[in-house]
Amino acid sequence: MFLESKDLLGLKDLSAEEIMYILDTAKTMKHILTSKNKKAPHLQGKTIVTLFHENSTRTRLSFELASKYLSANTANIAASSSSIAKGETLIDTGRTIDSMGCDVIVMRHPMSGAPHLLARHVKASVINAGDGMNEHPTQALLDMFTIMEKKGTLKGLKVAIIGDIYHSRVARSNIWGMTKLGAEVLVAGPATLLPPGMENMGVKVYNTIQEALIDADVVMGLRIQRERQKSGLFPTLREYSKFFGLDDKRLKFAKDDALVLHPGPVNRGVEFSSGVVDGDQSLINEQVTNGVAVRMALLYLLTRRNSIENIN
Amino acid sequence: MRILIKNGHVIDLATKLNGVYDVMIEDGRVVEIARDLDITNGELIDAEGKYVLPGLVDAHCHLRDPGFEYKEDIESGTRSAAKGGFTSIACMPNTNPVIDNEAMVKYIINKAKTDGVVNVFPIGSISKGQKGEELSEIGELKFAGAVAISDDGRPVASSSLMKKALQYASMFDMTVISHCEDPDLSDGGVMNEGTQSTLLGLKGIPSAAEEVMVARDLILAEYTKTPIHIAHVSTELSVDLIRHAKKRGVKVTAETCPHYFSLTEKACDGFNTLAKVNPPLRTSRDVEAVIEGLKDGTIDIIATDHAPHHMDEKEVEFDLAANGMVGFETALPLVITYLVKPGHLTLENVVEKMCVNPSRILGLNKGTIEIGKPADLIIVDTDEVNTVDVQKFASKSKNSPFDGYKLSGAVYCTIVGGKVVVREKVLLY
Repeated sequence: MFLESKDLLGLKDLSAEEIMYILDTAKTMKHILTSKNKKAPHLQGKTIVTLFHENSTRTRLSFELASKYLSANTANIAASSSSIAKGETLIDTGRTIDSMGCDVIVMRHPMSGAPHLLARHVKASVINAGDGMNEHPTQALLDMFTIMEKKGTLKGLKVAIIGDIYHSRVARSNIWGMTKLGAEVLVAGPATLLPPGMENMGVKVYNTIQEALIDADVVMGLRIQRERQKSGLFPTLREYSKFFGLDDKRLKFAKDDALVLHPGPVNRGVEFSSGVVDGDQSLINEQVTNGVAVRMALLYLLTRRNSIENIN
Repeated sequence: MRILIKNGHVIDLATKLNGVYDVMIEDGRVVEIARDLDITNGELIDAEGKYVLPGLVDAHCHLRDPGFEYKEDIESGTRSAAKGGFTSIACMPNTNPVIDNEAMVKYIINKAKTDGVVNVFPIGSISKGQKGEELSEIGELKFAGAVAISDDGRPVASSSLMKKALQYASMFDMTVISHCEDPDLSDGGVMNEGTQSTLLGLKGIPSAAEEVMVARDLILAEYTKTPIHIAHVSTELSVDLIRHAKKRGVKVTAETCPHYFSLTEKACDGFNTLAKVNPPLRTSRDVEAVIEGLKDGTIDIIATDHAPHHMDEKEVEFDLAANGMVGFETALPLVITYLVKPGHLTLENVVEKMCVNPSRILGLNKGTIEIGKPADLIIVDTDEVNTVDVQKFASKSKNSPFDGYKLSGAVYCTIVGGKVVVREKVLLY
């Protein structure tokens, strides 16, 4: 089996089988990652470029380490220090990178659909590392990997996603992916942070955190961006926390063995209390580890796919 | 110079003709409409099996000249119009510089005379520089030849300025054309707010952004007892508000564009920037309401909102892509395919909405085939099906979401002031 598309732009476009294939491969990668000598030859001779038009610490580092653990050549481009700041178009930037013999471009961009545009104009595989409010597929893959490690499956699980759904590419990717793997997804957040037509993505929508939490197997929090308050979407962080913050007391609405996830970085005391962040149910640190494994798997599968194509 | 158009099915509302006639043109004017006319010296055009309609009149287009000639200019824009069957077009003032004074109006009129192949009527701006702050010299615009005023492309955000514009313009019989959008509500949105924007993670423009302004402008028109024309109506509630205002006796007229009855927000799927337009493509419910509004007369005009853009302005991130699509060369086929063939409108209705009404609302004295008047007419085969190929457009720009669509209706011949500009579907100039 190999992936249908040359790129990974979103989970919207992947089949359940493809998602499982990536997650299964990630299991193997996790062995490499957790062994004493973290070096494998899978990406030898391959070049991975990260092209980030938005600030990022963990995603970028995660991709870079994933590439290095598999022996790839890596290079990083940050939008502020490149010709992008000089007004070069995205397509031209992409073609330039392409012309230097790059196999995979890992891209983050503040505008939805930017990786899709790039992918149409380059030979390299494009991995979407987050585009605007659209998708962050590798984050969702690592979330699903983390859940499956603990629960064995996503089928029949009740997953509550709490917070700023409107602006969240993490929520969108998780909704696409988890519903494909048979989970029941519920979302809750202030009415001003819920986009219209969510029901058409196959999720249930609530305006109170309690309703979404009842009997949940997994609770996922989302980071609240402070600038959303300034643009009037909710009155204060204090009020947000009062009605939508997750603390130990509220967590009791969920199942006793419910898993707690957060894509990070967490605003302690806003979306999660410190008790929840550091509690037994929290998998926030495992998520970070698994993120590297999932990205190793993906880089391997995409480059391998291209090699197979070349042979044919 | 005489031209005889023979055996075409003539439809004209002024003369109430609807049947097979021959039309004789002499020295640029229609001189005779009758059966069994013959011509000995002159040009014979056989229109057997085809319709002979008044030349289409477009109340809303962008020619991009001056300032954005890389997108379109008066020559390419009017050639594109002629190919689409338009013999008179009114161009919006959002050029650079803006058409907000006498000199600019004269520039358009003079350039159209030398470079243009159809009649061009400039629309002046409501406010100086379209800044929404002070009124343009509307009286002077009128006497220079502008046929209406509009800040199209931008809303007049200030209610007070809009009220003054309506009052002041009515003094000169200048139609005020309003681009209805509350910028505070559209707030950086790039497509219709709804399921599709949620699925794509794109920032939405709520239908309310249009409707709030439609309501405001209708209230202001009623209050000042002045006429108003609402541009590019795209939502169900906008149609309803206008219907209600008409019942109340408000002097409102309204237009929609082919993309608002043929496409929905789904066209944006895959981040298709060719479907990015303002107002944005809406839902199937809105499409039905727009069609209903056309049927019951709430919407008076079908205009193109022909908005050429260079491909470099479309082959970018969706958020950065320019709004709008070219429209001249697909308008009539879209009307025939989506309105006439399904039985929503008759060809007489089409002549009303694409010839008579736009001419009346802008005061152009066009849109009819009458003896003694300049011969502006077109010959159309409504059954011929063609595949849209943007590369064959006469427009400089190719930004159409309809590339590859199979549409009914072909413009065989366009005659402007007795001059054959398009013959056998080919531009002669």
